Amino acid sequence: MKTAVLLLPGLNRDRDMIAALTKISGQEPVTVWQTEDDIPDVDLIVIPGGFSYGDYLRCGAIAARMPSLEAVKRKAEAGVPVIGVCNGFQILLEAGLLPGALMRNASLNFVCKSVQLEVTNASTRFTSGYSNGQIINCPVAHHDGNYFADADTLAELENENRVIFRYANGTNPNGSINDIAGITNAKSNVLGMMPHPENLIEAAHGGTDGRAIFESALELVS
Amino acid sequence: MPIKARITVTLKNGVLDPQGKAIEGALGGLGFHGVDGVRQGKVFDVELAHDDKSLASEELKAMCEKLLANTVIEDYAVELG
Repeated sequence: MKTAVLLLPGLNRDRDMIAALTKISGQEPVTVWQTEDDIPDVDLIVIPGGFSYGDYLRCGAIAARMPSLEAVKRKAEAGVPVIGVCNGFQILLEAGLLPGALMRNASLNFVCKSVQLEVTNASTRFTSGYSNGQIINCPVAHHDGNYFADADTLAELENENRVIFRYANGTNPNGSINDIAGITNAKSNVLGMMPHPENLIEAAHGGTDGRAIFESALELVS
Repeated sequence: MPIKARITVTLKNGVLDPQGKAIEGALGGLGFHGVDGVRQGKVFDVELAHDDKSLASEELKAMCEKLLANTVIEDYAVELG
């Protein structure tokens, strides 16, 4: 299975993501620099976390206007699965590939810890390796993960079952509305999530709860 | 004379502003007890290379829509100097 990882100045979780995808897919991902306006044919495109452009202006705002994001938009329209994690989620929102915005954590603190997530829709291409209502562990590390959307957008997301991960058991670390941790687009081929599943894919990480997101996206699970 | 513009970006009504709340709390701590609310925003001073005011209005609006403001959560105002 072929994967691609976007590289932008200021990201810092790209190496973790490349290591995770290499282990899960069996081959090293193609890397795509921000100025490249085309992405090779791959089975999955991932935008990793970090602090692209130092979070200048708004988290993900500058990165979202780079040529590589235009290429991501075209690929997403063509149906290629795309995952944005943490800053990658912020970039997908700023690029208009997902609705809503991520604001400063309600506590104003940077949070770096493990939270629990409920898989609220296990019928998507990103969650088929889980079951509905399953609680998984996942690390978070962010300052701006407080998901916000207007009432109409929120109703649309909820009615269409596009909130696929929710912070569970009182572990919402950032004040996200409706405990939202991860959402998909209407076509269900673009996922944005604040937690870092790439950091929980093998025993050495202390668990493998995050692995099935990538396995599901790469159709490695039934 | 080239145009100078000031763009003010503020959070929309109804969007929670934890930073504004923290600033309000800090002002209270300094003894400013008459503060009823604080909302934090951003200011951009933009210098244009031409002096066409109607073109400037159009360009600055587009800059706000495309980059300077996130219209999901923010409003903007453009002031030509």
